[in-house]
Amino acid sequence: MSNHTDSPSALSRRSVLRRTAAVGLLATPAAGLLSACVGGGSDEPTSQATGQVTAENPLGVDTKAPVEIVIFDGGLGTKYATDVHKPSYEKKFPESKVNFSSAQEISTTLQPRFASNTPPDMVNNAGSKLMDQGKLVEAGQVADLSDLFAAPSLDIAGKTVAETLVPGTVEQGTFNGKPYVLNYAYTVFGLWYSGKLFQENGWTAPTTWADFTALLDKMKAKGITPYSYAGANAAYYQYLVILTTAAKIGGPDVLKAIDNLEKGAWTNDAVKQAATLWGEIGAKYGNKAHLGLKHTEVQLQQNQGKVGFYPSGSWLENEQAKDTPAGFNYQVMPIPGATASDKLPATALYAAAGEMYFVASKGKNVQGGKEYLRHMLSKAGAKGFTELTKVLTVVQGSTEGLEMSPGLASSSAALTAAGPANFSFRWDAWYKNLDDECRAATNKLMFQGGTADEFCTRMQAAADKTEKKFSR
Amino acid sequence: MRQGKYPFVIGFLIAPLALYAMFVLRPIAAAVQVSMTNWSGLSPNFDFVGLENFQKLIDDDKVWLAAKHHVFLLVTLPVITIALALFFAFLLNMGGGTRGGTMTGVWGSKFYRVVFFLPQVLAVVIVGVIFGRVYAPDGSGILNRFLELFGVDAVQWMADWGLWSILGVLVWQAVGFYVVLFAAGMSSIPAEIYEAAVMDGANRITIFFRVTIPLLMETVKVAWVYLGILAMDAFALVMVLSIDEGGPDGATTVLPVQIYKSGIRESDYGYASALGVALAVFTIIFAVLSLRGGKRDAVEH
Repeated sequence: MSNHTDSPSALSRRSVLRRTAAVGLLATPAAGLLSACVGGGSDEPTSQATGQVTAENPLGVDTKAPVEIVIFDGGLGTKYATDVHKPSYEKKFPESKVNFSSAQEISTTLQPRFASNTPPDMVNNAGSKLMDQGKLVEAGQVADLSDLFAAPSLDIAGKTVAETLVPGTVEQGTFNGKPYVLNYAYTVFGLWYSGKLFQENGWTAPTTWADFTALLDKMKAKGITPYSYAGANAAYYQYLVILTTAAKIGGPDVLKAIDNLEKGAWTNDAVKQAATLWGEIGAKYGNKAHLGLKHTEVQLQQNQGKVGFYPSGSWLENEQAKDTPAGFNYQVMPIPGATASDKLPATALYAAAGEMYFVASKGKNVQGGKEYLRHMLSKAGAKGFTELTKVLTVVQGSTEGLEMSPGLASSSAALTAAGPANFSFRWDAWYKNLDDECRAATNKLMFQGGTADEFCTRMQAAADKTEKKFSR
Repeated sequence: MRQGKYPFVIGFLIAPLALYAMFVLRPIAAAVQVSMTNWSGLSPNFDFVGLENFQKLIDDDKVWLAAKHHVFLLVTLPVITIALALFFAFLLNMGGGTRGGTMTGVWGSKFYRVVFFLPQVLAVVIVGVIFGRVYAPDGSGILNRFLELFGVDAVQWMADWGLWSILGVLVWQAVGFYVVLFAAGMSSIPAEIYEAAVMDGANRITIFFRVTIPLLMETVKVAWVYLGILAMDAFALVMVLSIDEGGPDGATTVLPVQIYKSGIRESDYGYASALGVALAVFTIIFAVLSLRGGKRDAVEH
């Protein structure tokens, strides 16, 4: 053995130590590497394109400057952007161009661009890897949309953009008094089921808790998992359901208190009662195996007739389009009333403008980004979106003359029935750490024998530790 | 030759050193710098906050939970992997007994060598996805299907045995490499020693414990360090396999996952960098300790 360097056993102690140190340091993961770009950009915005303000061009867009947009490629797809909104913009400004790109991991793709002050002009911040919108606003990276909302609508004569929207839309994107974010999709959250399954068995959508559990019993007797959600990555669908019930019991102010990080907001009786009720549902009607499943797996099981109710938002029908058997007939119902003394009616819904779109304040073409949003908010733009995604938008009356799919018709009907009794919360977008904590607490409650008391005290403790940044 | 020696050496060293400084040292220095700021990662602005992030780290329950999991992996992963790898390497090299005075492997050992090494060439994420099917919690899981044959109820692998399941995958993937490493070490042990042992009437078990292992000690130590570093990472497998990225409720979380969550999800790069610095320090301490420990001259052969 004259040449020892080829033999692994001949690694000397020194060379191993050296390599070890190198490997150890390299393992100081991505944060270290990413942070190498600290201070990479200057604080001054780069020169921004502007043009003449006219009646035809109320936002003063530079008619020749290109506008760069990034769309999240998820449940809604990206076709609505490439086939509807991009052509609409380019038709109005033939000398301009919309540079479209899409991403599945918004944060990973765009975070470095914000850190170096070279962001795209308009971003669809969505998906499970979305950027912390609150932190973005705080960092001064998001443009104020006040002038967009005050501008005249593109194709609804005599109204400003704000006036064409469902009430509450502008507020949903407001941070400390200023509108920064357009929440474009009007999402209805509820319990989804197969209309076909219900029809075959002669079941009807229950409105009281007693009817609800009675129906779950019937489903269980048929060998169906009556109620389920995916613990592995979609626990937030379930905490939304728990808090919806809390809002029905104690009124929407329960959610407002949680948003504002008030003392005792989570340990409120309404939240406790709601957590108790849902904890019982989880223990009695859930399937422990679903703690380890992802949302697509549970949704597929529902398509196969193995799951009765599934909590989700109105994007579900489009997301499952490929796997849904013919005649499945997606239907949605509001969460049933919890007690006889509920403050809100059983038809009350968690419905909110969701799916965030914002204009980067340090982009090259800020006004162009806003103009793009104006095209999205035109009647034609909204109709095209709903047609392609089967999801309602915040633009009122944009579904006129549209042929609706069963799920879309069902969520529209639920929305009409709810009338003014709809509500939502904001804390999950404001404080990501609370979102993480609540996912863990919810899985514990629903799958692993946790109690409502544990759920409430744990969330209260996490909220108490959180520094308050926003209020509504 | 003598005159031109230094320019020659420097000429070769300068490029790799520059690259090393640029892509290894500078990011490390930057990480240390960022760990003392409140940088959000979303704008170029930040404030210097001193050691606040490290204070937060000490008060963070999740960090201690992750550290506990690292200790668990640090003990179990090297012990199980090395024991298995030694056993397999012995069987491949010497399990077949003596033939004409030399030790031979079990029948088909060349084939097994390839089979054992195969997991090593798979990307970690692919391994994660494959084991996602193996550990699937319902009837579609390969392990649960197998258990069903014996009438055992479905086991909730990731929910109830999360860390053990992750450990299983780590061992499965690592063992092949160490089989090859140890096999190479064993083949470098001179045949005379074995011949002498056989002549003295030693059986295979005695040879394994009294001859092979002492002569392989250095290699085993190297393996220990590498496996220890693997136990400090485990990021990709936890992200792909575990429930709720390190759950349920933190039951499988490791420091790199916490770094990812506070950096990417919660946009707190200052805190994420502080965690990264802590992890690097742990890793270096471990490497130094395990190389210092049991300092002993190798048996010369």
